[in-house]
Amino acid sequence: MHIEPEEIVETLNMISQQSLDIRTVTLGLSLAGCADSDIDVMAKRVYEHVTSSASNLVPMAEKLEREYGIPICNKRISVTPVAMLGATCSTEDVTPIALALDRAAHEVGVDFIGGFSALTHKGMGDGARKLIASIPEALASTRRVCASVNVATTRAGTNMDAVLAMAHTVKKCAELTAEHDSIACAKLVVFANMVEDNPFMAGAVHGYGEPAAVINVGISGPGVVRAIVDALPKDADLTAVAEAIKATSFKITRMGELVAREAAARMGVAMGIVDLSLAPTPAEGDSVAEIIEAMGVGRCGGPGTTAALALLNDAVKKGGAMGTSSIGGLSGAFIPVSEDQGMIRAVESGALTIEKLEAMTSVCSVGLDMIAIPGDTTAETIAGIIADECAIGVVNAKTTAVRLIPAVGKVVGDRVEFGGLLGEAPVMAVNQWAGTVFARRAGRVPAPLQSLRN
Amino acid sequence: MQTPAILSVLGEDRVGIVARVAGVLAESSANIEDIRQTIIGGVFSMTMLVTVDEDSTSFDEIQLRLSQIAEDIGVQITLQREDVFRYMHRI
Repeated sequence: MHIEPEEIVETLNMISQQSLDIRTVTLGLSLAGCADSDIDVMAKRVYEHVTSSASNLVPMAEKLEREYGIPICNKRISVTPVAMLGATCSTEDVTPIALALDRAAHEVGVDFIGGFSALTHKGMGDGARKLIASIPEALASTRRVCASVNVATTRAGTNMDAVLAMAHTVKKCAELTAEHDSIACAKLVVFANMVEDNPFMAGAVHGYGEPAAVINVGISGPGVVRAIVDALPKDADLTAVAEAIKATSFKITRMGELVAREAAARMGVAMGIVDLSLAPTPAEGDSVAEIIEAMGVGRCGGPGTTAALALLNDAVKKGGAMGTSSIGGLSGAFIPVSEDQGMIRAVESGALTIEKLEAMTSVCSVGLDMIAIPGDTTAETIAGIIADECAIGVVNAKTTAVRLIPAVGKVVGDRVEFGGLLGEAPVMAVNQWAGTVFARRAGRVPAPLQSLRN
Repeated sequence: MQTPAILSVLGEDRVGIVARVAGVLAESSANIEDIRQTIIGGVFSMTMLVTVDEDSTSFDEIQLRLSQIAEDIGVQITLQREDVFRYMHRI
């Protein structure tokens, strides 16, 4: 037998004891053929295209799960940024497209569909303007639709008009869903350097440069990496820690590669990318914060955290790069607060602040993610936070994002509870010194010298 | 379609485990290519490389039959396509 029993046991343990899974198999679909000047005709075409193209997605993924014995947590769909469709129709409100996407997602059995999105980093076209204006109502009136807006790139700089518009949009989303802890904000991401093949929600889109249909896979495995680090001797040096993480990342990625190839073949579409992100879940032990603590930092957020996270992120990429030739998406550790029990504990104990999280986003993907803040936080303050994250992304030529939940009626120390994968989170304190002038200056923060690469 | 798969059994040792598992495989036209079996501290551990003939019996059906005897005997049985292990542990 070519496979040793120890290797079989190792794989089975990773799955049964350490929460190893494929986090998402995401079908990317182009909606380019659905455009029409009549919004109702367009919504009907969108519904029909998504339901016919994705009808086999969930049954196929469930069959793969059984045959390979690997849980596939989420089956999802991403679509062409809807702003493109918005530009072709004569009406201002593009919420009917969101409603059509929501119905289609329900029909084919996926929990989220991403792509109610726009690119505005260099200016706001008609489609983007309509889409952004429709986001609050679209997210408040649907369960499965996720929205994202790109407001900055390394090549273009940061569009501060779009930043402020998105800050107001976040506030409106919070107000419209105030009775449910402002849950609409959990489905809205503001990006710098958005990628076109991200399989993870809420920021998944199917970019303009993608084929008609594609399968992208997001791996996971914080629990496995934590167990590997935990098993090392306490005096193992950090080179040994990096080596152990790298070897594990290779194995996790290979599983993702296999599932991506097989899923694409069975769907009869192109295989896109494997996203090497370590994505935590609210499940105990499936935590990026706990990996940092297993490395020896007293509590996530304490001094040493950024360095430990940088080591983790780098080792995951190095191992993953050997495991697949199709790396893509965000590919880095995620640090969402509400979806990671270790992060929540760190916030509650006072070890982890928004400012430390901001520092951490400079060395990993993706940004200030799933952070509940007081409901009375001003739009200008939120715009300042978004602009800061954009600066980190733009200058370092990496993706950063902001998914803040200004929970209406909540103050520091309260909790928001979304349930499921979105989890729950303590409301974190926000620095009160943003002022109002900077955010309202508008205009564009010019692209940095790093953009001049030709 | 001939599909290589790894079957693993883990549980308390008792009479007839190998016979029951082999019986299901034979009924399902799945060929046993290799077997390794150990007992450590009373825990029975067996891994088999088998070839599943999906034209005769589907993967799902064999898994169902195995899950029934697993419950009967009180052991854990998993049947997974072999390539998942090959992908993870071999370059």
